[in-house]
This record gives sequence, structure tokens and C-alpha cells, in this order.
Amino acid sequence: MTTATRQRRLFLILIAVAAAMFGFGYVLPPLYAKVCQLTGFNRLQSSDAVSGTQQDSNRTVLMQFDSNLRDGLPWNFRAMQATAPVHPGELVQVSYEVSNTSDHAISGQAIASYAPAGAAAYVRKLECFCFSIQTIAAHEVRQMPVIFLIDSSLPSDVSTVTLSYTFFEVPGRQTTAKESGT
Amino acid sequence: MNEIQEIAVRPAVEPVEKPHGIMRWLTSTNHKDIGTLYLIFSFAMFLVGGSMALCIRAELFRPGLQFLRPELFNQLTTMHGLVMVFGAVMPAFVGFANWQLPMMIGASDMAFPRLNNFGFWLLPPAAILLISSFFVPGGATAAGWTLYAPLSVQMGPGMDMAIFAIHLLGISSIVGAINIATTILHRRAAGMTLMKTPMFVWTWLVTAFLLVAVMPVFASAVTMLLTDRHFGTHFFNAAGGGDPVLFQHIFWFFGHPEVYILILPAFGIISEVVPTFSRKPLFGYRSMVLATCAIGVLAFLVWGHHMFTVGFGVGPELFFMYATMLVAVPTGVKLFNWIGTMWQGSLTFEAPMLFAVGFILVFLVGGVTGVVLAVAAVDVQLQDTYYVVAHFHYTMVAGSLFSLFAATYYWLPKWTGRMYDETLARWHFGLSIVFFNMTFFVMFFLGLAGMPRRIPDYPLQFADFNMIASIGAAGFGFSQLLFLYVVVKCVRRGAPASSRVWEGAVGLEWALPSPAPWNSFEIPPVIK
Amino acid sequence: MTRKALHILAVTAPLFRCGLTRAQSVPNFQPPKTQIAHQIYDLHFFVQAICAGICVAMFAVLFYAIVRFRKSPRRTALQFTGYRPVEIAWVIVPVLILLIIAVPATHAVFAMKDTSNPDITVKITGYQWQWRYDYLQENIGFYSALSTPRAQIENREAKDENYLLEVDHPLVVPVGKKIRILVTANDVIHSWFVPAFGIKQDGIPGFIRDAWFRVDEPGVYRGQCAELCGKEHGFMPIVVNAVSEREYSAWLAEQRAAKQSAAQAGDAAGAKAYSIEDLMSGGEKVYTHTCIGCHQANGQGLPPAFPALANGKTATGPVAGTIHIVMNGSTKNPAMAAWKNQLSDLELASVITYVRNSFGNSVGDLVEPKDIATVRHQNP
Repeated sequence: MTTATRQRRLFLILIAVAAAMFGFGYVLPPLYAKVCQLTGFNRLQSSDAVSGTQQDSNRTVLMQFDSNLRDGLPWNFRAMQATAPVHPGELVQVSYEVSNTSDHAISGQAIASYAPAGAAAYVRKLECFCFSIQTIAAHEVRQMPVIFLIDSSLPSDVSTVTLSYTFFEVPGRQTTAKESGT
Repeated sequence: MNEIQEIAVRPAVEPVEKPHGIMRWLTSTNHKDIGTLYLIFSFAMFLVGGSMALCIRAELFRPGLQFLRPELFNQLTTMHGLVMVFGAVMPAFVGFANWQLPMMIGASDMAFPRLNNFGFWLLPPAAILLISSFFVPGGATAAGWTLYAPLSVQMGPGMDMAIFAIHLLGISSIVGAINIATTILHRRAAGMTLMKTPMFVWTWLVTAFLLVAVMPVFASAVTMLLTDRHFGTHFFNAAGGGDPVLFQHIFWFFGHPEVYILILPAFGIISEVVPTFSRKPLFGYRSMVLATCAIGVLAFLVWGHHMFTVGFGVGPELFFMYATMLVAVPTGVKLFNWIGTMWQGSLTFEAPMLFAVGFILVFLVGGVTGVVLAVAAVDVQLQDTYYVVAHFHYTMVAGSLFSLFAATYYWLPKWTGRMYDETLARWHFGLSIVFFNMTFFVMFFLGLAGMPRRIPDYPLQFADFNMIASIGAAGFGFSQLLFLYVVVKCVRRGAPASSRVWEGAVGLEWALPSPAPWNSFEIPPVIK
Repeated sequence: MTRKALHILAVTAPLFRCGLTRAQSVPNFQPPKTQIAHQIYDLHFFVQAICAGICVAMFAVLFYAIVRFRKSPRRTALQFTGYRPVEIAWVIVPVLILLIIAVPATHAVFAMKDTSNPDITVKITGYQWQWRYDYLQENIGFYSALSTPRAQIENREAKDENYLLEVDHPLVVPVGKKIRILVTANDVIHSWFVPAFGIKQDGIPGFIRDAWFRVDEPGVYRGQCAELCGKEHGFMPIVVNAVSEREYSAWLAEQRAAKQSAAQAGDAAGAKAYSIEDLMSGGEKVYTHTCIGCHQANGQGLPPAFPALANGKTATGPVAGTIHIVMNGSTKNPAMAAWKNQLSDLELASVITYVRNSFGNSVGDLVEPKDIATVRHQNP
């Protein structure tokens, strides 16, 4: 092989590597989401298969419920209860209340966040308003349930778990309240 | 390195008529011309970035807002970083690579001479784009050189101009790196095995691979930023299922190898200068090569140490802490090897050696403060404070910049056939090292005391050290004009230099006459 | 050698000359006031001592070499290129040193991340450019903004002792209780940093992240935002008032009462009629606190980023436009925040009235709190 051929081959290989690394950058978002899912960090809404339902009455975890609105959303959003003591394995239902103070129907998506972040893997939600976009009619006040249980395999050093929702507006959705379900 | 037993330099081919004028510089495919272009460009950018730094330090001279509105201050800190990293330091190392690599390996030119020209000429338009972003509505981007989302998504059109400039700079770096890697791997003269090549060649080989691997990742990060800004994507926006922290992961996956890209060629330069002025071969050549490769690999594993306060769990926090601490080992090996080279040598302290020894002293401080920052719990106190600013200026200014000065004084006589003024050069060194330490050493104290980064005004307990730092900065900045004078004076009317130039100089480039012929090693030398 | 010594003296001399009275022990953190801060302080001292030792040793060897091995007619350079035992030693010894550092370093990370069993939980939200503290279990929340007067920042008045480190509503916590903080942000990334507590936690918009501290002794502790968040990044400090449990309970009671009366006042405000003088004087206060940084004391702003309010199109045009932009921010210019959640109806009405009738504007109308309330209900 002549030097020129060798050089051209290396050139093509390195260009291919550069292109692949550019693509790798774009692989990172789904990869990141996958890693978050596997480790339980930032687990976003998805109905979880329920396991670990052996109720552990000897252990109490304090659940805290937090709510946030992104600036601009003319809603009031609050948890109906600030805290709830919960046994791992016990099925729990809590409510959040949203009221749309404006004259127009508005759609929003709630994003859940947990503290400690790793607790996300152990909070199994059977039903949650965060699973779908919520369209709230003008002046409507709606109570939305969250039904969950804490997996009994929650590490023993975790005694307090905070569940926090942030509602973001989903622009341009004018579906009726009925369409969007709970 | 394994000693080159014998070099027979065959007589030079009659050179072609050297072109002149603007067309020469616009169309040159000659590695020496292109090296010169890179170096002149980089020094111009150094002065631009340096002026921004002086504006910043002028505002920080005293508490209160005196000269700059806060948003302009943030634009200046951002652009100072971008200009210095991408406009000054990286092109300077590429400039030295262009000048030196072919001569050091006995090649007539780089592997792809026309690509070489293209790679350089991307830079001036990129620089113009970047700097003129100050003058569009909203001014230049003010999100810090790290461009974290969502702040960078909020920025005005200056951010988009910076993104395009970054793409141009990135392409230039990538094609330059491909050129350098191919030259090193396929254009060595017969008999010049890799284990006989100088350390500057080795460090550039590893740097070139790092560049090809990570510059494209930076490109994809800023492209995602661009589409989040204008085309409705949500990579970094929780509302759409994204995450601002993802930007940090992608950025620092590039960003950490980037800082090794900025320092490995510097290590290579020091490994050339110290043996020459010790009149001894480099101590531990093989371990130097291994250490360089180890640093290249570890570079990819430590990015999380820039993110110790985002809320990692214990696992990642510990992993990044341990991996980062580990980098101290190969870096230490290099420092010990340089001292080992000087040990039992016969030392003289001309300007290149002064800067090389200054590098060792000051890089040591930068390096150990890196170990302090690696300890995650301690980093919680120091992250985003002036301690970090001090750390990276110690490694990048006292590190990279001093090595660039050493390299200039070392090779300028070979390139021009003229000696620089040794007395003035020593003054340049003395002023630089004193004012450098005055500026940045006190910043460690500011960081320990809790002063955050990127603020145009500060509480009163930080006032004294800020004043000292600003005075030091003024001194350091103006001392660089002396460097300009020394270089210009050398080029125009320096005393004639011999071909060996330095008594202890060993290597192919010293076998050439000074000035090195415009076309050198047209016929490859014989290496035994 | 002399040159080196002179250099070192030249570098270190200024450090001793300058007045170190205000800075405490120079190469060290602020006095630690929590267990974690103590741990970090000691760990840092340990690591710094090792690093300083390494530096001193290396400097000594280097200086020795510089002096001892100078070029001299009496000796020539030895040409060795390696010495295996030493090369192995200087890999092994650093690794051992790092292992020694790693042990306490690991303990500290575990301690920092242990947010279990807190006594109190406070949600901390970073805004551009202030903090909000919400005591989740107490249903109390308030904003905390820089209270240093602009005149001091612009060098028209002398700076007071806590320049840039004072706020209108500090965070109040009881001493000796484990405080768990949930840090988030409303817009861009901020970071809650109190050096005396050894705590720094980034607030990421859309997510909460927890951290904790337990204050050892009562006092006022100050910190600053530690993540670049825009133009006023340097102007959103943190003040924590650590008090006895009794004082904390009293403060809580006060806050609840204040919330009650504010709600009542809000209702009353809605019904009440206001004179333009009341609105103007209230509005001037709000303007000085909230708007002056961008729009300037004379209303001239700093165009194009910060438009002039004097003769401004929106400021002097239809009142609905002014109300809309103050309440909802600007879609074109994200620097103009939406103030409807951070200002009450009365504050909004006052500042809008003020702006429309100051800086040479004389639109002549006034906006009342009930007008704002109406808009809140209509706002899409």
C-alpha cells in the first residue's frame, strides 16, 4: 500500500469517527433517559407494574407532597395534604387540587420529581394525573388523585420521601375536560 | 527516546520560487506558512481575550459597579473564555504542530497540505462571527463559556452567532487533528519508529485523537441548544420531558477532554525544552509515553467532577471523585520525569528553560489544587467560586501559556535564523511569573472565603484580594506587550543563529540550517 | 537562585502587606457552623496539608537541582535515562497517598447525602433574581430579595457592612434541628450556597434536589447564588437566621398571622378605592425595589435590552398593554419577567400607575387592585 493510500484510509476512518461521535452526542439524550429509568432517578410518568406489595407495618416512611407551577400558568395547584405517613407495601391515595383561575381552558403536563432522587425507583404509581395531559376548563376546580405504593425494598436509610409535581403549560391544546380523562 | 544514532540529511532540493504577497498567505499549503498564520492569529486573539480580562478586572478592582453593566460583564466573562480557549490557546498549539511536526519526523510537509490551509482559514471568519456578536441586539452571549441551559436558551441572537462560530472552530480543529494524526502515523521518515519520535509528537498524537473524539460531541451539544432555542425541541427543558442537567453531561463529556487537549501539547513542549537545557536525554521516555496515553484515556471518565453539586447520588459522586484523583498519578509521573531529567544534568537558564521551570513550579500548584477540588465534599464548598478560577488559570495560563512562550523562544531562532534578545526575554519571564502569581494566587483565598464566580460586584470582605488581583492582572497583561516587542525585534534584526542554536539540542529539526528552508526534508533523512 | 528567591518574595510579600483584618484565617474556609461544614473543614485541612507538603518537597528538590546542577566546567551531565526503582516508587507512593485521602473523603460524601429523618423541610426555589422559601408543613412561603439599596451599588452612598449580603426576608430556622432543603428553580439553574453550613445545592427548573444541614449555634449566616443565572446573578444573596426553638415557634406564629391579615387586606384592597397619591407613593417603593435595576432610576432603561419607560410605547399606550407585560413578562425579551406571582394586586396596581405617570409620562390614569384581580381571571 502506498503512503497516499494509507493516508487516505486513515483520513476516512477518522472522519467516520468524528461523524460517529457527533451521532453519539445525539444518542446521549435517550441513553440518559434510559439510565435514569434504570437507576430510578428522574423517573417520569409511567404506570408501574406493582410488586413488593408485602406491607411492612413495622416501618413508616413519611411522604411529603409538593407542588410547583411554571411561571405564567394562571392556575392554583396544591396538594390536599402536605404529608402522609405510609407503610411500604401499603396502597395509598392522595389528592392534588388544580383550579384554573382564567376564562379559558388550558392544558398542562405535570412532571414528577422525587427527593431523594433515587427513591423514584421505589414509588410505584398506579394512577396519576401526571400520566397524561390535563385540560382544565375555565374556572374549573378539579381534584386529581395519585394512587401509589412504596416498594418494600426501599433502602432502610430512607425515611422521608418528597414527591413534587411541576405543571407546565402545553400550548395549543384545546381539548375538553372529558377528553383528557382524569 | 531511543537514541537516533545517525541522521544523514541529504542535500536540499532546489526550492521552488517562494510566492509573495497576499496570495501567498491565502493559498499557501506550506506547513511553515500555515504555522505562522496560526500563531499570528492566536496572538491577536490572545490580545483580544486579554483586553476583555482587563475590563473584567477593572470592574472588579473595587466593590460597586463602576464601569460595566452586569449584563455586559457577563458577556465579557463568557467571551473571554471562548476567545482564549478556542481562539488563542488551541490555534497556538496547532501552529506549533504545523511548524514542528514535519521537521521533527523528517517529513516534507503535513499529510494533507490543502486541508491544512482550509483548516486555518475557517478561523478568521469564526473569530469575526464571535466578536461581532457583541454588536447585535442583546449583545454577545452571557451564559458563561460553559453555555449551560436553560440560561443559554434565554440568550439573544448573540448566542446563535456563537453557536455558528463554535461549529466553524470545531471543524477547523477536527480537520487539523486528522491532518496531524495522519502525518504522525504515516509520514515519518524511514527508521523513525514511534518510540523514537520526540515527546511533542507523542503528545500531539494523543491530543489529535482526543480532538476527533470530543469536538463533534460539543458540536452536537450546541446544535441541540440551537434547536431547543428555535425549532421546538426539548432536550434541556423539563416541560418537554428533557433535563437541563443533560446539557451539562454532554458539555462536560467534551469539556473535560478539552482541558487535556489544552495541556498535553504543553507537556510535549516542556519535554523538548528541559532535556535540551539539561544537556541530558529525557528521563523515562517510555513512562512519559504511557502517562500521556493514560491521561488520554482517563480524560473520558471524569466529566462528572464539574457537576458535584447538581444532586448526584452517592454512587456517581464517588466514582467521579476516585477517577479524578487517579489522574494525579500519570500527571505526577510527568513532573517527576522532568525533574529527573534536570537531575545531574548541566543546566543553563535561557528564556525557554526559565519558562519551562516556571511551568513546573506553577503547574504543580495548579495540579495539587485539582486534587483538592477532586474531593467531592470539599468541592461542594469550592465549586463555582474563585478557587476554581484560580485552579484553571494556574493550569492553563501558567501551564499552557507559559509552555507556548517557552516554545516560541526555543524555536524562533530555528524558524527565523535569528536570536531573540535574551535579556528582554528574561524580563518577560520575570514580570510574567510575578504578576501571574499576584493575580491568581489570591484567588484561591477568595474562593475559600466563599466568593462566587461570574459576579460583577462583591461583598466587602473580598475587596482587598480583588484589588491585588486586578493590579496583578494589569501588570501581567501589559508585560505581554514586551513579548510582542521581543518577537518582532527578533524577526527584524536579531543576531544570526546557528543551525543547532542550543548546545544541548537534539532532534531532526536541529539538523536543518537556521532559518529552516521553506521546503525542508523534500528528500527524507536517513535515520538509524 | 537569587532570582528565584526574589520572585518568591515578590509574590508572597503583598499577601502579608495587605490588611488581612477582614479575612479570617487566610487559606481556609469561613468558620464552620454545621457538622458537615466541620467535616469539610477538617478534610480540606488534611488534603491541603498533604498537597502543601508535596509542593514544598518538589520545590525543594527543584531548587536544589537548579543550584547544584548548574552548568559548570567542573562537571558534565550524566546521561542516564531512567532508574526503575524510583520510577516505580513514584507511582506507588502517590496512589497510597490518594487512598489515604479517599477514606475520609468517602465518609464525607455519605454524610452529605444522608437526608433521612429531617425535622423540618423547606423548599427553596431560585428565581431570576431572588429566592423563595416555602415551609411545606407549615404552609408558609415568602420571597427573599436583596435589600442593599441601588444607590450603594452605584457608588452614590457609602456601602454598609453587609453590602450585597442582606435581604428583606431571611430564611429562619431553629438551631440544632435537621433541616432538609428541597432546591429547585423557576427559570434557569441557580445554586443555594451558604459557606458556613458547607452546603451548595443547584436548583434545576422542573426538578427538586434535596440536601440538609443542622446549625450548631444561633447566628446570621450569609451566602450567595453560586450558578450563573443572568445579569443579577451577583445580586441574589441568601441570609439564614438560626434562632432558638422558642424564637422559631414565635416567628412561625407571626408568619401565620401575617399571612392571615395579608389575605384579609388583599380582599379589602380589592374592594377599596385608591387615590392616585397612595398608588404613586406605593408604586415608587415597588419600582425602587423591583424595576430599577433594568429600567433605571430615571426610567431611561438601557435600550435595546431594557427599554425606556419614559415615553415608552407600552408604558404610555393602552393600559391593558402595560398591565399585560408587567404581569406576564415579555415573550420577545425574556429579561422582562412575569411579576404576577411575585407581586400582590396592590403592588402591581401601584407600580403600573407609577410608571404611567412618572419619568415625564403623564398618562393621567390610575390602576386599582381590583383591575388587576379582573385581569388575573381573564388571563389566558
